[in-house]
Amino acid sequence: MRHILSILVENEAGALSRVAGLFSARGYNIESLTVAPTEDATMSRMTILTTGSDEVVEQITKQLNKLVDVVKVVDLSEGRHIERELMLVKVRAAGKDREEMKRTADIFRGRIIDVTDKSYTIELTGTTDKLDAFLEALDKSAILETVRTGVSGIGRGEWVLKA
Amino acid sequence: MELKLPPLAETGETLTGAEIAIRCLQEEGIEFVFGYPGGAVLFIYDALFNQKKVKHILVRHEQGALHAADGYARATGRPGVALVTSGPGVTNAVTGIATAYMDSIPLVVITGQVPTRAIGEDAFQECDAVGITRPCVKHNFLVKDVNELAITIKKAFHIATTGRPGPVLVDIPKDVSQQSARFHYPEKIHLRSYSPVVKGHGGQIKKALQLLLDARRPMIYVGGGAILGEATKEVTELVRLLDYPCTNTLMGLGAFPASDKRFVGMLGMHGTVEANMAMQNCDVLLAVGARFDDRVIGNPAHFAAGSANRKIIHIDVDPSSISKRVRVDVPIVGHVKDVLEELLTLLKASKSKPEAAALASWWDQIAAWRAKDCLKYDRSSKIIKPQFVIEKLWEVTKGEAYVTSDVGQHQMWAAQFYRFEKPRRWINSGGLGTMGVGLPYAMGVKLAFPDADVACVTGEASIQMCIQELSTCKQYHLPVKLVNLNNRYMGMVRQWQEFFHGNRYSESYMDALPDFVKLAEAYGHVGIRVEKPGDVEGALREAFALKDRLVFLDIITDQTENVFPMVPGGKGMSEMILAEDL
Repeated sequence: MRHILSILVENEAGALSRVAGLFSARGYNIESLTVAPTEDATMSRMTILTTGSDEVVEQITKQLNKLVDVVKVVDLSEGRHIERELMLVKVRAAGKDREEMKRTADIFRGRIIDVTDKSYTIELTGTTDKLDAFLEALDKSAILETVRTGVSGIGRGEWVLKA
Repeated sequence: MELKLPPLAETGETLTGAEIAIRCLQEEGIEFVFGYPGGAVLFIYDALFNQKKVKHILVRHEQGALHAADGYARATGRPGVALVTSGPGVTNAVTGIATAYMDSIPLVVITGQVPTRAIGEDAFQECDAVGITRPCVKHNFLVKDVNELAITIKKAFHIATTGRPGPVLVDIPKDVSQQSARFHYPEKIHLRSYSPVVKGHGGQIKKALQLLLDARRPMIYVGGGAILGEATKEVTELVRLLDYPCTNTLMGLGAFPASDKRFVGMLGMHGTVEANMAMQNCDVLLAVGARFDDRVIGNPAHFAAGSANRKIIHIDVDPSSISKRVRVDVPIVGHVKDVLEELLTLLKASKSKPEAAALASWWDQIAAWRAKDCLKYDRSSKIIKPQFVIEKLWEVTKGEAYVTSDVGQHQMWAAQFYRFEKPRRWINSGGLGTMGVGLPYAMGVKLAFPDADVACVTGEASIQMCIQELSTCKQYHLPVKLVNLNNRYMGMVRQWQEFFHGNRYSESYMDALPDFVKLAEAYGHVGIRVEKPGDVEGALREAFALKDRLVFLDIITDQTENVFPMVPGGKGMSEMILAEDL
């Protein structure tokens, strides 16, 4: 099962390595991890995409809560939530493929943010599924480079994750 | 006229970082610091030199410092403190830190670090102390600002001693120990990201009581958490009120008195038949401060299948210990003492009683398992049996000694045959299983309780892993008694090789052993060799009569003796091998 964990951590040196170290030491999976400061400068928010049985994810949550730098942990996938991921893709776009590439980007609501006479760099935001679908829609040989942020998530409605 | 006071941070006297570190220890009421000096901690050692309140114990290797601080903490319940230098000082300390971490022992470890400007430059004796110890501490800190030092040390003691205890490391760069700041030691501290649960959930406690009262085949399983949580009085009262069988884990020995008829012995890989069978066959299990680890219940699938409708109640201060290896029906997160107090109050007020007939037939069943006499051994042997030595040790010390041990067969025999009546008397490395802890543990205990008998049960392999501490014992006059069960083998390794590796004793022998008697004498102690069963008791009496001398008893024991019962690795609790099976 796929789970999205949202974690508030103290903005301390080493907090990231404590979290990452916990996953590697106990053999848990990290599919993606994002981290950045929040509106409160003393805290950072991490989003970890992990997979595991309910028992394993329960243990992951408990173990994360045990870390002294961790302020709060929520499994977003337990409730209604929104998730997004940002991807930048550099593609070959020359000659007859150039128009087709632009059309495909438009269909996925991607934006072309950098252009040369032989390439486009496309910015695309959406769920992991959507980004995967876009890559599948492209001719593999046209893809020069991809970079993805990993999943970020937030709960739906008025509920907020606070310290 | 209104008197204006300056803000708190400006009231204290100005001290150097080194002086602040020592003052913090004084404020915490620390009696002993176990350590070893070096370049990065020279200012701190200078500050130690100028005061008398905190006594420094100079060990011979940093590992010994950690184990001694750990032993002190295990015996007293107070945090142990160690002080080591950067680089190799830290790496040598890691084994001791990990040992304490696995058994949840409160330690504060102060390490020196290279000056802040040199960090990351591969400076002389630099290592990333915070990085290298991260997986084996409860928390750690690198202090980069002298103004943060006092509050950081306060946090360290707070984190180490509350919730599920554990070691906390504070890394102090040399320049920080040299710089000055106003000293103020906060009395209390609040950490928004750290607030361990104390009170258990009332509804869950009621549910637990109902399950316990409805039980037909109840079992109470008590681990080291009951000792760490100072809940042994409550455990004892509960077991006696209910009249239910009780087992202790290796770490829980002494939590419930071994002389009580309700005690069925230690459980686990080398547990008694009655304890393991009762665990496997009970219908309601109350686990108190225990964690169902692999050396206790063996294969979790086999355990779960053992009694299909078994209900498990689990009280623990650490939520991550609950439902980790075994699914629990009634989890109760809280301080074990508080939860048990509440449970006792409810029990005393309750009108319902366990069903007498069911309980009586359960006790009959347990008596039948007990009748197997699974710890029997050859008492007529002409060669000294290790079990016999432990029984004699118990007799000679009237069961009152603090017993430390190393790791291996001798540890299991000590656990099985020294019948502990009180908590904190049995000091050993359960989780990490660190050979070499026994002697430094005994040092820590003896410093804490100078008038008590302290015995270290060890083997000729383990003792050599920290034997240099015999020198520390001489320096500080620590007259502990070493009981070396010398079988010229790494006994537990040999036992596994006999059972599971076709008697191929690969590198498990101990050739070229030192003459331990002469070795003890070389360090300024008394050495006695014992080779005949008839001499064991006399030698022990002689050793304990020498109140002010460390005595090294080198006892030549049966090379082929094995620890029974034994649950082979990966097997279930009821799949024990007994001596009579072979």
